[in-house]
Amino acid sequence: MARIAGVNIPTNKRVVISLTYIHGIGRTKARQICQSCNISLDSRVQDLTDQEVIGIREIIDRDHMVEGDLRRELAMNIKRLMDLGCYRGVRHRKGLPVRGQRTHTNARSRKGPARAIAGKKKVTK
Amino acid sequence: MARSVWKGPFVDGYLLKKAETVRSSGRNDIIRTWSRRSTVLPQFVGLTFGVYNGQKFIPVLVTENMIGHKFGEFSPTRTFYGHAADKRARRG
Repeated sequence: MARIAGVNIPTNKRVVISLTYIHGIGRTKARQICQSCNISLDSRVQDLTDQEVIGIREIIDRDHMVEGDLRRELAMNIKRLMDLGCYRGVRHRKGLPVRGQRTHTNARSRKGPARAIAGKKKVTK
Repeated sequence: MARSVWKGPFVDGYLLKKAETVRSSGRNDIIRTWSRRSTVLPQFVGLTFGVYNGQKFIPVLVTENMIGHKFGEFSPTRTFYGHAADKRARRG
């Protein structure tokens, strides 16, 4: 068991893969971290020495924004837009697409599951 | 794609002049403008602009956070009154 960047405990997977379980670290960053720690891409988390784990921890603390900090910054950025009263902020507030996509149809990722419209007749064959 | 840095921010020239005169006059008049495409610059902070939305001038008090945005972002051009069906559902 290795605890890196607070809560994350990835186990008997390869180091590159298990690092991606940390919010804010994907395949690219995980690979960069492994390279700067001189850890082979094939090695597994359980085979890491304490020294190596500490090394990884230090690099993440120093160079990468991760987990809570990252989530907080994201939320702050969105909040800034919303408080500003600009178009993008309004779209965030209303839960509609922000980047000019169509909303006549689709846009379900932002709008959530379709709501039934009262009084609309169902099309029957 | 983002705008090239070497060009600097885009502002319609007359806006700069107008802002300057309002600044020096001391009174905080609303500066009416149709130039929704202009960037909000640091020297506009504290001034009030009336940004045209195609129908009327929406007053926008420029704050520090707005720097780098365009004036048009603060003056919505569409009004959404909701769907008739939604209203009926809410009343019932």
